[in-house]
Amino acid sequence: MTIEISDKTYDEEFVKKVEEISGENFHKCMQCGTCSGGCPMIEHMDIPPRQIMILTHFGLKDKVISSKTAWICATCNACSVRCPRGIELTKVMEAIRQLTLRKNINYVEPSAISEEIMAGLPQIALVSCFRKHTS
Amino acid sequence: MKISYYPGCTLKTKAKNMDCPGVAALNALGVELVELPRWNCCGAVFSLADDDLLHLLAPVRDLIRVVEQGDNKLVVACSMCYNTLARANLLMRENSEKRHTINTFMEEERDYNGEVEVVHLLSFLRDEIGWEKIKESIKVPLRGLKIAPYYGCTLLRPQSVAIEPPEKRTLFKDLIETMGATVVDFPASTDCCSSYQILSNPDIGIETVSKILESAESWGAEAIVTSCPLCEYNLGKRQEDALRKHDKLKELPTFYFTQLLALALGLGAEVCNFELNHNGVVRLMESKKFLTAA
Repeated sequence: MTIEISDKTYDEEFVKKVEEISGENFHKCMQCGTCSGGCPMIEHMDIPPRQIMILTHFGLKDKVISSKTAWICATCNACSVRCPRGIELTKVMEAIRQLTLRKNINYVEPSAISEEIMAGLPQIALVSCFRKHTS
Repeated sequence: MKISYYPGCTLKTKAKNMDCPGVAALNALGVELVELPRWNCCGAVFSLADDDLLHLLAPVRDLIRVVEQGDNKLVVACSMCYNTLARANLLMRENSEKRHTINTFMEEERDYNGEVEVVHLLSFLRDEIGWEKIKESIKVPLRGLKIAPYYGCTLLRPQSVAIEPPEKRTLFKDLIETMGATVVDFPASTDCCSSYQILSNPDIGIETVSKILESAESWGAEAIVTSCPLCEYNLGKRQEDALRKHDKLKELPTFYFTQLLALALGLGAEVCNFELNHNGVVRLMESKKFLTAA
């Protein structure tokens, strides 16, 4: 994909917010791709974690926010424990999700979950899903 | 010996089949797991947003309950609760600024500085009871049962709360061997089961589960053992969905380690609540004659 990177495409506020919410210095990323290589969800993502890191670094908010990658991430930490730069990618993904959730937008609608599914679910599935995917 | 115990929400309801055999097994080994008074939900996941302290209150309150008991150690069996409580504990120990804010906010509670040690039940079995003592207490050795240990994510990641070094992990292996069964180490042992994605993106969840089952089966496992009710739900109760999608997959019974331990200690099926597992579990135990032997 061709991406335009210029002072016009750089969203400074977006970069600052991701820095602030994640508490991580994702600018340290050297694009080695270890995160993408070890991600168990990679095949279901539209943008690999490595690219999410560089797109966020360049402040390309729309590309990052519209990607489904952060919503497919299950916070398994396979990336974080392997990152040679010590970046907790799961915190960056959390920040990206939060930028949407904090606008009162849900990724999962609790009312849409069928009674049949609900009846069998362990509580930790509901609590963790709602914590990660609802505002 | 008495020790403070945090069951968590799921173990008191949908995963009684993890809680009841665990309490019974420890009792048989001379340890009373004393349920923490007035415990609350830990939040299931550790809050990853740096500016979100609110979700730390729940796990910290649980840790304060331990101090109120005059105890300094908390045993947790559920992997997700363990991870959440251990990470919250670490933050209270190491981050003085956030600790101050949280302690000030919870005016009604005593100040907490991370003085409790959060221990997973698997570590407790090894460190406080010991494999030798457990081995001596085994009445129904699970001979001939090939078990794949499934760690998943939250017992080993992040490193700061890992119950053992991920590349040198032996806890499940040692427990399985202590019970007289055979360990089937398999490559997907520490892969993610898709966790809560089973709810948000069920198709992806089932694909993820299928890969783990396929890995365990291809290495010759007859059963999977886990310590997480969400892993058990995904790999066990949702296994039917995986079997429906993939003809090659065979039924692979999924147990909690507490169930196998209780059975091996001769406590019988009645404490194991097998009716809360998926169907294949009882069939396998019957075929191995582990239920009649008890």
